[in-house]
Amino acid sequence: MNAMPGQGQVLLTAKGIGISFGGLRAVDNVGFSARAGEILAIIGPNGAGKTTLFNIVSGLYRASSGRIALDGQDVTDAPPHRLAARGLSRTFQNLQVFFRMTALENVMAGRHLQEKSGLLADLFRLPGTRWANDATREAAMALLAEVGLADKADLPAGSLPYGALKRLEIARAMATNPRVLMLDEPAAGCNPVETEEIDHLIAAVAARGVAVVLIEHDMKLVMRISRHVVVLNQGRMLAEGTPEEVRSNPEVIAAYLGTHGAKEAARA
Amino acid sequence: MLAELLQFLVSGLTVGAVYALVALGFTLIYNASDVVNFAQGEFVMLGGMVTVFAVAVGLPLPLAATLAILVAVGVGLLLHRLAIEPARGASAVTLIIITIGASIFLRGIAQIVFDKRFHQLPAFSGSDPILLAGAAILPQSFWVLGGALLVFAGLFLFLEKTLLGKAVLATAANRLAAQLVGVDTSFVLALSFGLSAAIGAFAGILITPITLTSFDVGTLLALKGFAAAMLGGMGSPLGAVVGGLVLGLLESFGAGIISSAYKDAVAFIVILAVLFVMPQGLFGRRSVERV
Amino acid sequence: MEAKTAPAPAAAALAPPRTGLRLSSRWATLLVLAVVIGTIPWFFPSGFYFRVAALVWVTGLAAVGLQILMGQAGQVSLGHAGFVGIGAYSMALGPKYLGLDVLLCLPLGAAAAAVIAFVVGRPILRLKGHYLAVATLGFGMLVTMVLVSEVGITGGPDGIRVPRAELLGWRIRGGETFYWITGGALQIGVWIALNLQDSPSGRALAALHDSEVAARTVGIDVAAHKLRAFVIAAVYGAVAGGLLALLNGFVTPDAAGFLASVEYVTMVVIGGLASVPGAVVGAALLVLLPQVLTVFHDYEHAVFGLMIMLFMIFLRVGIVPGLAALLRRRG
Repeated sequence: MNAMPGQGQVLLTAKGIGISFGGLRAVDNVGFSARAGEILAIIGPNGAGKTTLFNIVSGLYRASSGRIALDGQDVTDAPPHRLAARGLSRTFQNLQVFFRMTALENVMAGRHLQEKSGLLADLFRLPGTRWANDATREAAMALLAEVGLADKADLPAGSLPYGALKRLEIARAMATNPRVLMLDEPAAGCNPVETEEIDHLIAAVAARGVAVVLIEHDMKLVMRISRHVVVLNQGRMLAEGTPEEVRSNPEVIAAYLGTHGAKEAARA
Repeated sequence: MLAELLQFLVSGLTVGAVYALVALGFTLIYNASDVVNFAQGEFVMLGGMVTVFAVAVGLPLPLAATLAILVAVGVGLLLHRLAIEPARGASAVTLIIITIGASIFLRGIAQIVFDKRFHQLPAFSGSDPILLAGAAILPQSFWVLGGALLVFAGLFLFLEKTLLGKAVLATAANRLAAQLVGVDTSFVLALSFGLSAAIGAFAGILITPITLTSFDVGTLLALKGFAAAMLGGMGSPLGAVVGGLVLGLLESFGAGIISSAYKDAVAFIVILAVLFVMPQGLFGRRSVERV
Repeated sequence: MEAKTAPAPAAAALAPPRTGLRLSSRWATLLVLAVVIGTIPWFFPSGFYFRVAALVWVTGLAAVGLQILMGQAGQVSLGHAGFVGIGAYSMALGPKYLGLDVLLCLPLGAAAAAVIAFVVGRPILRLKGHYLAVATLGFGMLVTMVLVSEVGITGGPDGIRVPRAELLGWRIRGGETFYWITGGALQIGVWIALNLQDSPSGRALAALHDSEVAARTVGIDVAAHKLRAFVIAAVYGAVAGGLLALLNGFVTPDAAGFLASVEYVTMVVIGGLASVPGAVVGAALLVLLPQVLTVFHDYEHAVFGLMIMLFMIFLRVGIVPGLAALLRRRG
């Protein structure tokens, strides 16, 4: 069980991250710090490199330069499953739900690291496995209830609507008991009601002491709940600071928000 | 010594040309539809077997050969229409299993329609070996190499210089985009199957005077052709040709110098080596999964 | 309020959703299997039927092993018969060259298969889709070629004899004896496979089957779990191969051949990729069909090939899940 960090303690830092695909420099010298209990938003136009940055930090891509540290420990080349063991979890922009499993089983899968039964116990259904099954099922049901999907627990994930799947991924990511949670466009494609639900969910997660890093396009959401904002454009950092600082930054307005967007953001 | 090496070279190139043609067939279908067609070898088998039986009934060789190619093309089109089309959108594994099923089915039919014995065709221009620097070379080898060269050249001209050929290339590059610019992709798919079958059957006809044919030569040929396509880079026609020739040479020299018992194993060792060391093959491209 | 339904990938169409193997479904499967094994001998008109049924149970065991790899972990193998062959030939080569008791060679052959699977599996399982299919095919073919070519050791294409098994003075022979041994082995094999499905390891396999990327991010060591499934399948195959060798008293390289591998894949797919009992149903179908078609022996290949195509095109989910869906819709 990961110890509760102090509020504001830096849990994840990325410094000087860079990666190239062929001749294209997709991310260039980007860095950020995520603090316990706080929400950091990464925004920018499409193609700015936000998801690529996420993929690097979560271990799916290997950066050509830069360092990543989790809890002070260098994890730059660590594979995703090791990062998960150290408390880093994420959701995906293009849903990576386990479509053939039920909603409950999806979240149960997220509890993998907490289950310690071992292969032999699993093959022969020893008490350790049965206990793991029950404990996991219980914990997963609780998480489903938290995201409002308890009534859909036994439905195949492939039959759930889009908004529900977004929440399911969050529940699954939470099942890993993360200290840092990275959410890639958690509200994308969601209507205002769904967005507000996710809004509350993210705030509740952060209140628990988890460091949340968020990629979002919904400016109202971003301005409302994040403490710190990083703006990317064409792979580089354009600006960073508090939501107020960023939304009034003329370069950010020119590159991304536009005057209408700036007004939207101001209204949030 | 030189004579021996020259012998290995020629026989390696000859059988390699057949592998190249099979690999080319694989590549055409793979490019158009992402399907790995395990029934590819059966086209070669049909080429040889139909010709043999047509000649036996009294048809002159050129006519028999033409008939064989037409039969193979027909089978190829049916395979596409009845087995591949209905399973559109299925996973890669499903499609492989379907083509394996088709291969077994065709073998089963051939077993019934023809027979289970080996058959041969007379060499096109006599079977007296030609002496070249001490090596005895079968004249049929020249037919095989020449025929293969003709196919390579013809296919290249077709793909690069004709409008229909460009449509085929477009479909291979991006099916949706090709559809959007007005290419009739299902026609292109059918064409790929038909062309692939014709090439395979042609190879079968050319090689039967040397290696004989029977109802089940298809399986091993398909696997070797696939190895060649993989070696050259799945999806690259140039790679298919190079891969086929290289595989043929490896087999020939391996059998001659190391051991002839494991001649067939060369192809599988090649497959495994390529998959582990450079899965994209000699001319293929690596792809990155987008999340 | 528009609710977009997420596009379920094409792969999901291949197998029906895992609606969770609830306790009742697990027990139902085990019970039905036990009842079938226990009661059908009543209907056997002659001893010959015991042998055929024993063959079905043994083949079913191999198929269940493949189902763990293909259905649960989602990794295709066109070389499963290679491990069956390794297990089978251990029963002949162990006694002949190492002087071992033939019964001891059963677990030894399984261990050998496990080691080989572990070594070969690591690089092979890095591949996906048709590359993986062909790599496993290559493995299977290499096993066959060695068995065929090393005539001095293995007896070549003609095969080699397997000595009779003896346990504490009791000669193990006769169709009826083998029927119960293989039936028991199958029951245990199915029990283990079902246990795996409803366990943390099983969920890890199901997860990596659906999305390797997501599985990694929840902490699943995908490569390690794939390898586990591969080794487990190899052990199932080798044990089945060993029992097959005892049953026939003889082994030939065909046991490891490409056609055999295709048959196992067909059994799993026809029975239902996502279903453990489906593998047994598929095995029964493929073993009994040639028996029924003995008159049409020459048509065997054609029928087999046709069956594969028809099932893969029209009943992709397989027999058991297909029936289950039908019953669900009625009830």
